[in-house]
Amino acid sequence: MTQNCNGCQQHDDRTVKLDEIISKYKDTKGTLIQVLHEAQEIYGYLPFEVQMDISNKMDIPLAEIYGVVSFYTAFSIYPKGEYQINVCMGTACYVKGAGDILDKFRMRLSIDVGECTEDRRFSLDSCRCVGSCGLAPVVTVNGKVYAKVTPDQVDDIIAEYSGTQKGAGAQ
Amino acid sequence: MIKSISDIQEIREQKRADMAVRLMPQEPVTAGYRMQILVCGVAGCQSSGSLEIIAELEKQIKTGGLEKEVKVVKTGCFGLCAQGPIMITYPDQITYVRVKPEDVQEITDSHIKGGKPVDRLLADDGDEKKVMNALRDTTFFKMQKKNALRNCGTIDPESIDEYIAKDGYKALEKALTEMSPEDVVQTVKDSQIRGRGGAGFPTGVKWSFAAGQQVKQKYVCCNADEGDPGAFMDRSVLEGDPHSVIEAMAIAGYAIGADQGYIYVRAEYPVAVERLKLAIKQAEGYGLLGKDIFGKGFDFDLEIRLGAGAFVCGEETALLTSVEGKRGEPHPRPPFPAVKGVFGKPTILNNVETYANIPPIILNGAEWFASVGTEKSKGTKVFALVGKINNTGLVEVPMGTTLREIIYDIGGGIPNGKKFKAAQTGGPSGGCIPASKLDTPIDYDSLIEMGSMMGSGGLIVMDEDTCMVDLAKFFLEFTVDESCGKCPPCRIGTKRMLEILTRITEGKGELEDLDKLEVLARNIKASALCGLGQTSPNPILSTMRYFKDEYIAHVVDKKCPAGVCKSMVRYIIDRDTCKECGICAKNCPTECISKDPEKGYVIDQDKCVKCGTCVAKCPFKSILNNA
Repeated sequence: MTQNCNGCQQHDDRTVKLDEIISKYKDTKGTLIQVLHEAQEIYGYLPFEVQMDISNKMDIPLAEIYGVVSFYTAFSIYPKGEYQINVCMGTACYVKGAGDILDKFRMRLSIDVGECTEDRRFSLDSCRCVGSCGLAPVVTVNGKVYAKVTPDQVDDIIAEYSGTQKGAGAQ
Repeated sequence: MIKSISDIQEIREQKRADMAVRLMPQEPVTAGYRMQILVCGVAGCQSSGSLEIIAELEKQIKTGGLEKEVKVVKTGCFGLCAQGPIMITYPDQITYVRVKPEDVQEITDSHIKGGKPVDRLLADDGDEKKVMNALRDTTFFKMQKKNALRNCGTIDPESIDEYIAKDGYKALEKALTEMSPEDVVQTVKDSQIRGRGGAGFPTGVKWSFAAGQQVKQKYVCCNADEGDPGAFMDRSVLEGDPHSVIEAMAIAGYAIGADQGYIYVRAEYPVAVERLKLAIKQAEGYGLLGKDIFGKGFDFDLEIRLGAGAFVCGEETALLTSVEGKRGEPHPRPPFPAVKGVFGKPTILNNVETYANIPPIILNGAEWFASVGTEKSKGTKVFALVGKINNTGLVEVPMGTTLREIIYDIGGGIPNGKKFKAAQTGGPSGGCIPASKLDTPIDYDSLIEMGSMMGSGGLIVMDEDTCMVDLAKFFLEFTVDESCGKCPPCRIGTKRMLEILTRITEGKGELEDLDKLEVLARNIKASALCGLGQTSPNPILSTMRYFKDEYIAHVVDKKCPAGVCKSMVRYIIDRDTCKECGICAKNCPTECISKDPEKGYVIDQDKCVKCGTCVAKCPFKSILNNA
């Protein structure tokens, strides 16, 4: 038997995982948001095909699924960067200068909030309070928290993830 | 599996002996560990490396062969988040702050083995005064009274046995064995506890509405969608003491006749979600959730529902819709959730902190709870103290404590000798309290009177560098972004208000804009569908009430007194103090500072982007804001 190309193989794995998730939640009512969360964990975002698949298998109209996906900020229909930079814009971080930090990231990466760099390495988002207000202002990169960040540190943070070794510093 | 009361009592006694040095630090150590070291394992301290410290401690203890004498416990929040990671040793109660993994060796050699605390790592109480027993001797801890946070920072949140040892699940046991559901509702009513999550509705009254519904299926829900920016009270309870919420929800289930509960928790709180999952599993394993709890024929199951980043889901009707897996849009009340909630069934919804208060109320009685606080606000309240304040962290104080006591005595005042300007409570629904009101006792009603609200308890301190117009704009941006779009007053009205505010902060405002803002604000307050819309004008109304002069300065003089609003900022170099070192010119990202042979260093106002780098870098404070 011929070997599948790597891309398709990955595709298959992901579909199998998605099926597992759907069958886990299918019979409990009101679990669409949980399914979407876990689906996004597998795919990194929620492309149309995935929403379609969930719609068919959970027997929920696609419009309703898209309605939920577009309502909540945690769900994205666009791919994210390999490293997701999140600048907390909660009040505590804001009064301690988070706006300047966000501006610096924007300038250095030449992308706006919600966008992804062309090489798909970084995406930039501002987020609501992450609840680490004692460490304000806070930036997270793939969940790793950088505390008491100053605009001067922005370049260091970007450099930490721009290295040639893939995955350096991430989780 | 716990089938009876003697089963749980056995676990309690056993674990108590194990925790002896912690529970009774003043008694001589007779058996078990001679020392227990508690390290904060909550998100804030984790971010500053507490897990590495725990790993290093455990390694040192192992190499030193001390496993039988010394135990390391990962606990919930101690409250002093700004000085994290925090470590407290028992029985001597030495508090170490800002501990780094490389300090562990010294702590092990000097303190654990030699009995001599490491002075340089001790907590200080203002003025750099080092304190041996911070829990007893610092103003920060002395002035607090911990009900909701009673177990945070004293037990391992991942151990149900430790919770049981500290009288955990005893309230549930008491409710099921000694009280009727009506008694439970009455006790909660008599305690006069009001909802800790927002408007302060009496919890007991809410429960009695749901209890009175003659329907077979009812639900108990917990609002753990702590969306207010700058608030992390609920997160700390969930991460530090998850079982208290589970126990309280089971008690609520018994009281109103529900056998199913849902905890709606933010997906942004991964540690809290994991600990809750683990806690539910442990409770199920012991039979404290599930069928026939304590053999009394009462069934109760609990499920977690993840939020997905929508602030409006903190509103009760929106939250309950989201629990059903739908778009979290609010709907008009009545019908109230107590009549028609999740899946159309009677539902009670309380916030995390409210639930955390329930077990001690059941155990100690309504009078015990009501003996603390003010006339209409009983008990204690947890505040997340953040912003421009020295002791950033989590505090719990009796209702009626003044803002001055919270900010200056407990919070240690404003850093860098700056002046206090205002405190913001209630998040985007709340308002600002100016310096003139610092001595007002804080409770639900006094806050409303001052044009703010309790909200969930975020308390953001601002100094003279904060522009109040900009702050109002910040909250409005938040509300506009989070408005679900269902009702026009909120969807369109908040956007219009933001446009006016933006105009004002850009120096294009006119005097009549202020009147327009006020009219719009009052109309939205009166006509929006849900709490989010109705309270969205509060930040504007309260800043206009107390800081009208700042609005006037922006509109009439086209100046931002705090120097925040970028388009009104104009940096100039003070020739008298400038030493011509050139640091500003070197650091300017747009290269707009140059040296003029006659005038010295000057800023090209056309090229300046007002980033403020020069101000931050100038060693002589010679760059002034000529706003």
